[in-house]
Amino acid sequence: MSSQRTGEPLVHAVNVHKSFHGNEVLKGIDLDVWPGEVVVLLGPSGSGKTTFLRCINQLETIDGGRIWVDGDLLGYEDRHGTLHRLTDKKIADQRRDIGMCFQRFNLFPHKTALENITEGPVQVKGQNKDQARARALDLLERVGLKDKPAAYPSQLSGGQQQRVAIARALAMDPKLMLFDEPTSALDPELVGEVLAVMRELAQSGMTMIVVTHEMGFARDVADRVVFMDGGVIVEQGSPDEVIRNPQHARTRSFLQRVLTEHPAA
Amino acid sequence: MTINTEDRPGAINARPVRHPWRWVAVGVIAIVLAMMVNSFATNPRWDFPFAIQIMQQKSVIQGLWVGTIFGTIGSMVLGVGLGIVIAVMRLSNNPVLRGVAFGYTWFFRAMPRYVLLAILGTGVAFLYPKLSIGLPFGEQIAGLLGIDTSTFTFFSLDWNALSTTIWIGVLGLGLSEAAYMAEIARAGILSVDKGQTEAAQAIGMSPGKTMWRIVLPQAMRVIVPPTGNETIAMVKDTSLLVAIPIITELYFQAYGFGQRSFKIMPGFVAATLWYLIVCSLLMVGQSYLEKYFGRGFGQPSKKAQEKLRKVAADH
Ligand SMILES: Nc1ncnc2c1ncn2[C@@H]1O[C@H](COP(=O)(O)OP(=O)(O)OP(=O)(O)O)[C@@H](O)[C@H]1O
Ligand SMILES: [Mg+2]
Repeated sequence: MSSQRTGEPLVHAVNVHKSFHGNEVLKGIDLDVWPGEVVVLLGPSGSGKTTFLRCINQLETIDGGRIWVDGDLLGYEDRHGTLHRLTDKKIADQRRDIGMCFQRFNLFPHKTALENITEGPVQVKGQNKDQARARALDLLERVGLKDKPAAYPSQLSGGQQQRVAIARALAMDPKLMLFDEPTSALDPELVGEVLAVMRELAQSGMTMIVVTHEMGFARDVADRVVFMDGGVIVEQGSPDEVIRNPQHARTRSFLQRVLTEHPAA
Repeated sequence: MTINTEDRPGAINARPVRHPWRWVAVGVIAIVLAMMVNSFATNPRWDFPFAIQIMQQKSVIQGLWVGTIFGTIGSMVLGVGLGIVIAVMRLSNNPVLRGVAFGYTWFFRAMPRYVLLAILGTGVAFLYPKLSIGLPFGEQIAGLLGIDTSTFTFFSLDWNALSTTIWIGVLGLGLSEAAYMAEIARAGILSVDKGQTEAAQAIGMSPGKTMWRIVLPQAMRVIVPPTGNETIAMVKDTSLLVAIPIITELYFQAYGFGQRSFKIMPGFVAATLWYLIVCSLLMVGQSYLEKYFGRGFGQPSKKAQEKLRKVAADH
């Protein structure tokens, strides 16, 4: 799954800073992600992986630096060198092109699997209901849940819920998918079915940033592995470089710990 | 080891625990009940047959429909609608909206309903016999320009004529109810997991749609049960409408009819029986609604339940 680094990066993050109540969590992150690339973010707990993903989707506002997605500056408009904050409506529009899957799925519990998927296309994009339904059924088939359109989230297993959540994000035809530990809330025997869907998605050419401790997935699917610690990127490179042959002591001790907990298949 | 079937224990045939004090309690209650029934039957001042007659008087029935039933429905519709708006304002990022919502809740929770109704019915009619909506300071501006003072008035309302209709009662009780409903709706909205808002935002939903389509429907299961209690309380509070004064009202009519016939007690009994009937019907409806909105969910969170108990307690 190699990708050609041609043209502009899809995600262009420069010197991203973020603090919570004076506690600096991101201390200047620079990261470019190219179209079609799969980037796996690794790092110990509290290193800022979730925070960085949330900044890309503007669930957090950054304090410093800039993030561009597909050439659009996130959250601000640059008018003759002065930044103007975008309205909530415009920020919502920017989020449309970025899909996100959460650790705890966050499906809408009062809506069926099908309704969860059609909600965005119908309510946000104004798509016609029948069209959205047909598309949602295709997506359910793609994630292996053809027979579950009428199920409520509470009637689905964790793995099934996460696959519906992936389908819900895909229904918006995103340019970029963000995954925050999509399998860490799942029973071990359910992890595989979700990873399989993600593998297929990566093969189809989707640009993805994935936070995960699944080293097997990182090794097989990632084009690039990025190791974060203490709010900075410590090292990055191909899975072979970072996982087999880490340069930094912090990376090595992290990998040692993770590989004993999550032995790569 | 082999087990002989003959040795294995069979059906249980034990003596139950005896509860002698239960029987004592039953005896005491039976005696008290018998005394009450005896007094109902033998004390002519109760006069239940006359109470039943009062219940069927045209003026009493009209008071029931207009004052009690329409008054309750109208003020609860206003109270729930406005209450949700105030709750959303209270939780918004805009400090002005938050302040207004806080001020509103503070004022109407501190204001006794009886006093509020008296002010709306009598006081406001005295201050502003005609209420007009138009350009701010329109009359003064028109006066300065030397033209007809009503030029800039788009809409004017004869408050005096309105002030003794049920609409003022609905307005007063509804405004007061909105303050309580706002607290209930706020607890309901806060009980919805923050991940729901984030998931809606992540598919590009606007804040308004997120609230309306994702958060409020889930808040309903926390909001509905206390709203049932509020409705039942409102049935009883419609008896305060006399403060306006509105006389097409159940209690006033039943009491008045009894008084005119020199039988005060049957008047009270007639009103009491009607309130009991209406509230009982509502309680049945409430338990169905709770089952409906609770489907597929567990109990609301501990924190939300605690908040709601507080709202109910300071009523
Ligand atoms: N909303 C918040 N308010 C205050 N502090 C926060 C908030 N969100 C995150 N933090 C802090 O920021 C730091 C980084 O958190 P983050 O969730 O990004 O780490 P992470 O790398 O995703 O860790 P994990 O592997 O445990 O998920 C942590 O110390 C956390 O306590
Ligand atoms: Mg995290």
